Amino acid sequence: MTSIDESNKEKFRSVSVDLNNDASLLIDIPDALCERDKVKFTVHTKTTLSAFQKPEFSVPRQHEDFIWLHDTLVETEDYAGLIIPPAPPKPDFESPREKMHKLGEGEATMTKEEYTKMKQELEAEYLAVFKKTVQVHEVFLQRLSSHPNLSKDRNFQIFLEYDQDLSVRRKNVKEMFGGFFKIVAKSADEVLISGTKEVDEFFEQEKTFLLDYYSKIKDSTIKAEKMTRSHKNIADDYIHISATLNSLSVDDSTKVEGRVASDQELKLTELLRYYMRDIQAAKDLLYRRARALADYENSNKALDKARLKSKDIPQAEEHQQQCLQKFDKLSDSGKKELTIFKGRRVVAFRKNLVEMAELEIKHAKLLDFYELFKNELQK
Amino acid sequence: SSPPPPPPPPSLPNLLCPSMHGYYWMFELSPHWSQLEDDEAKDRFDVDVSVTNPEKVGDGMNAYMAYKVSTRTSLTMFRCKTFSVRRRFSDFLGLYEKLSVKQSLHGCIIPLPPEKSVVGMTKVKVGTDDPSSVEFVERRRAALERYLQRIVSHPSLLQDPDVREFLERDDLPRAVNTQTLSGAGFLKMINKASDAVNKMTLKMNESDTWFDDKFQEVESEEQQLRKLHAVVDSLVTHRKELCGNTAVFAKSMAMLGNSEDNTALSRALSQLAEVEDKMEQLHQEQAASDFFIFAELLADYVRLLGAVRGCFDQRMRAWQRWQEAQSTLQKKREAEAKLLWANKPEKLQQAKEEITEWESKVTQYERDFDRIGMMVRKEVLRFEVLFVSMHSELCFCFKFQLIKFWEAFLPEAKAIS
Repeated sequence: MTSIDESNKEKFRSVSVDLNNDASLLIDIPDALCERDKVKFTVHTKTTLSAFQKPEFSVPRQHEDFIWLHDTLVETEDYAGLIIPPAPPKPDFESPREKMHKLGEGEATMTKEEYTKMKQELEAEYLAVFKKTVQVHEVFLQRLSSHPNLSKDRNFQIFLEYDQDLSVRRKNVKEMFGGFFKIVAKSADEVLISGTKEVDEFFEQEKTFLLDYYSKIKDSTIKAEKMTRSHKNIADDYIHISATLNSLSVDDSTKVEGRVASDQELKLTELLRYYMRDIQAAKDLLYRRARALADYENSNKALDKARLKSKDIPQAEEHQQQCLQKFDKLSDSGKKELTIFKGRRVVAFRKNLVEMAELEIKHAKLLDFYELFKNELQK
Repeated sequence: SSPPPPPPPPSLPNLLCPSMHGYYWMFELSPHWSQLEDDEAKDRFDVDVSVTNPEKVGDGMNAYMAYKVSTRTSLTMFRCKTFSVRRRFSDFLGLYEKLSVKQSLHGCIIPLPPEKSVVGMTKVKVGTDDPSSVEFVERRRAALERYLQRIVSHPSLLQDPDVREFLERDDLPRAVNTQTLSGAGFLKMINKASDAVNKMTLKMNESDTWFDDKFQEVESEEQQLRKLHAVVDSLVTHRKELCGNTAVFAKSMAMLGNSEDNTALSRALSQLAEVEDKMEQLHQEQAASDFFIFAELLADYVRLLGAVRGCFDQRMRAWQRWQEAQSTLQKKREAEAKLLWANKPEKLQQAKEEITEWESKVTQYERDFDRIGMMVRKEVLRFEVLFVSMHSELCFCFKFQLIKFWEAFLPEAKAIS
């Protein structure tokens, strides 16, 4: 069972900016418990809005609750023209757990010190995964609270306020929608690409850009993850070496430290991963709009057919009008959303890169210290 | 050779400034080591070998260093009392090759030659007379000298015709296919040498627990050494992986930067890609230098251990010889007793002579055994002293590697911001 504190959270609050500034609705996850696989988040809300019963309250939530919230928002027609913030990924403790298992098996072959050190490393890894997942869930909620439309969503309010278990509601929702949207998602890209003729240049550009950017950022994310893994392997090797050297030493004065931090790479990987998901959400918006356009075109064809047959013309006209309205609404809000999205992304990237550089400079200052240490020894 | 200077007190050795590639993190073990070995040479047999006068022969990449190998001896198996020949590095390697094939014949550990160093030699060939290449040649000269001295201090190896040929023959046929004694090959060789020792176990009634204890210590240190070797191997592999992954990542980031429509961000991402690319190069250099630094230190460590084990080995053989002589003496006495019974005077006389002969042999071998025992003690104590400094060097080297690992990020941080 692990929990986090405020000061540590600051380090990880990097992928998005300008969230949680509006005092009318402030959300955070101050606390979380990890029991085996399940993580229980404590969602804490502070609000001045009258829609809520109390000005301040906390509820326990599981990962599945967040997914439920995300899915209901996605399935809501009214929000088709919005970029729904990407759902937080499931907490994944697989990698550290596997390593812990291996460590347990190999305990007999290593010295006590080595074992302790490796265990410490693994515990740190567990903690890092834990902190990451808390942060990603928190950001999801904060994105919602800072969105003018989504923050008013009834389900969102229920999520924040309802002090009973949400699992009953979750089951109902599943039955109702049956994951319909998920099934179609796979062919979404094909629809976009094979494409409906695009009349609006803004959307044409966005489409091209997002499709291209998405594939590139996905590629970068995968490669960044590989790089981080290599770094970890090297860090482990250093631990083994230092432990072996220490076991040879006659006294304590020659102990070595085997730790190598690679914070800056972790940050970059996180950033890429987050924006990969965000861009997928933007693509989803484009997809929905493309579908609306297709529907509109189909309704046009249906209207023409009806006129030809002189049958059911009023219904056909009405349907066509609805489709047109829906499409226009999506186009309008979509344009707004995508423009905001672009700005947000640029700001976040820049902030991240700056933080990365600062972190490296901090390391460099540490290097100066080592330099002095080395000079002392040489005297 | 000139009288040796008094040995400096054992303390943390001087740390030399590393060259650009960090290959010369060879700490000043040599004053201690060669001093102690000088003493040994006088302890043992009347052969004194020195390696001097390094001279560059030829030009460009085909150039090589030739060393003067001088021998001074009172042993009759050699043609003269003093003589010298010119040898190049590959000749020394060739000698090792020839001897290692006959390892089981000699029943002792063949001393390991110094390692090939491509970078060091290239500098020398190219002709830069900078201090680091002068230093390199001097180290090599010293290492070659120690190598020969160890060989000639083994009575068995000294008898070997290849060794004599090496010392005496004017024109030695060029050694071909000398194993690349750098990189993975070198460490493999170290392991082979250790394995060979492990196979030579003679059972001995150890009356003196001191020897037993020390032997155990040496063995356990050897085990740790192997472990260290395995982890260093793993480290090198992982570094190579990191190189590859960083390069691939850098390319991916560059592509991303190209896709980016915001110009400032696009520039920043492209810069990041460049930084990652540079890091890859640094990682590569680091991988190479990691390996060489550690391999050199580990190799010296192994040589130390090898020398100690060799001593234990010699002591066991001396004991064996003594025991065998005792049992032969016993048999002779029994034979004499039988002859007394049988009453054959001529044979009896012979038997008495043989007994006297063997009695003196037994005495001598017992003295040898004791003498070697004392030598082992000295050797072990020397080893312990050197080991402490050697170990702290390994640790320091390791710490420095960590620093360099972080250092790699420094200039790049400035580049991004």
